[in-house]
Amino acid sequence: MADKISTREAYGNALVKLGAENPDIVVFDADLSKSTKTAGFKEAYPDRFFNAGIAEANMMGMAAGMAFSGKTVFASTFAMFAAGRAYEIIRNSIGYPHANVKICATHSGVTVGEDGASHQCIEDLALMSVIPGMTVVHPADGPSTEKLLRQVAAFDGPAYVRLGRLSVPVIYNDDSDIVLGKANTLRDGTDHTVIACGLMVNEALIAAEALANDGISVRVIDMHTIKPFDEDAVVRAASETKSIITAEEHSVIGGLGAMTASVTARRCPCRVSMVGIQDRFGQSGKPEELKKEYNITAADIVKAVKEADEAVR
Amino acid sequence: MTADINFLKKKANDIRIDIIREIHAAGSGHPGGSLSAADIITYLYFAEMNVDPADPEKQDRDRFVLSKGHAAPALYAALAEKGFFPKETLMTLRKLGSILQGHPDKKKVPGIDMSTGSLGQGISAAVGMALAAKTDGSTSRVYAVLGDGELQEGIVWEAAMAAAHYRLDNLTAFIDWNGLQIDGKNEDVMTVAPVGEKFLAFGWNVQMIDGHDFEQIAQAVENAKKITGRPQMIVAKTVKGKGVSFMENEAGWHGKAPSDEQAKQAVEELGGEW
Repeated sequence: MADKISTREAYGNALVKLGAENPDIVVFDADLSKSTKTAGFKEAYPDRFFNAGIAEANMMGMAAGMAFSGKTVFASTFAMFAAGRAYEIIRNSIGYPHANVKICATHSGVTVGEDGASHQCIEDLALMSVIPGMTVVHPADGPSTEKLLRQVAAFDGPAYVRLGRLSVPVIYNDDSDIVLGKANTLRDGTDHTVIACGLMVNEALIAAEALANDGISVRVIDMHTIKPFDEDAVVRAASETKSIITAEEHSVIGGLGAMTASVTARRCPCRVSMVGIQDRFGQSGKPEELKKEYNITAADIVKAVKEADEAVR
Repeated sequence: MTADINFLKKKANDIRIDIIREIHAAGSGHPGGSLSAADIITYLYFAEMNVDPADPEKQDRDRFVLSKGHAAPALYAALAEKGFFPKETLMTLRKLGSILQGHPDKKKVPGIDMSTGSLGQGISAAVGMALAAKTDGSTSRVYAVLGDGELQEGIVWEAAMAAAHYRLDNLTAFIDWNGLQIDGKNEDVMTVAPVGEKFLAFGWNVQMIDGHDFEQIAQAVENAKKITGRPQMIVAKTVKGKGVSFMENEAGWHGKAPSDEQAKQAVEELGGEW
């Protein structure tokens, strides 16, 4: 297995396998199949691949119609144009009638890079999670993308899968146990808990290693399923460690941080600090430069944990 | 055509009476566009579509999508007349807990193929259904009814492009062209004409008919079934509020319930008993 693979690439590979296993799977794309990696499915099953053209709203509407004719529909484009541009069609034609459509959106977050803010969706977890009955998934690496995708494909109903452009280190292996809706504890710790999603999971693991050298023991949780949210994992973290630090490549408004804080506020008051995009638009730059500029690196997690450690000491 | 004109006229009239009763009982709703679409919907349910009230989800049924979802009272009346649910249910329109929501909800109502209400989205879903039927080699046909004001939504033209691109000759859409929308005449709010030419340019086959003349509706639907390789648009000139004298051609009756007195007059004009 490669050391690094983007979650979009893992998605494309998984889609080809799923297509072989289930003849009812069809795939839509909006002129981005080479970027979203649905092109592999298109090549393997040309009769089950439909290009909607650069018309994301209609793609979501057609996907709903197809789903109600018995298909398991995957619809892909960039996160900005799925969750953003087509929001109301997803809400009214997919969410409300509970259509069996899996929206697999790539190029989420600022690590889209040079294309800049117009293409960097930092709001999609919030937009999709607020739709009743929508399952929302944000995998951390390649293997977990495939495992989660299989579970997403298996149930009848809508889902949003948030995928990235960048190659990210492989964290899981083929034997890893990954269950939709169940957070994964990747590293146990006793002082603080970092709850992360997407590419921030790897940053959290790096941060935990660095903090261990400084004598701070950190639990790292991969919250790959944003909805339904594993509240019990948050409650355990709040009661077993001194504070929670969330880490996401998304706005801290309405994303993982906000959802975590809503659990602690209701069930287990606890200090929650949030590493994420602080109410700003993205901008052009290299992905690694942008991670630094928006304070979403392992170093930023280390800093946040140390601040929390001071605060709760 | 399988049904005779007098039968269809009677059915359409019953449906119009139901529309008035439903909206009056609800105290709100959209009579104007329900009455203008009543004949088209009557024709489809009582002379054309392969649907079965005993098996609303049967595989190869024809599909109907009311893209102008606010005309729900007309669709509900047709479904009740057809036997998908008891007619008494019509009087629960828009009430808390009713299956008959202000706009169609496919999860709640047997016989409804798509939840609609947000304009433009129904035709997009209908294109998806037609595409699925083509993919499966199914004989199922898909019908959709759009409003003329609805054509102002950009997604309609995205869907129009896709339907032609995928040569969906199993898709027949009607424009309920009553010329009025909430703020007034189409041409004063946002010009949609020329409608026929636009769809023609998008690659559709287009027929222009009187949407209250069952012979013309029947002929257009039969023609549509014979033409291959292109989606079918039937531009049906209609009268908003058709059948109720004081509602006809009045934009003000787009989304307003009749008073007790007005409802009585409307039902009696339609030959019903109040």
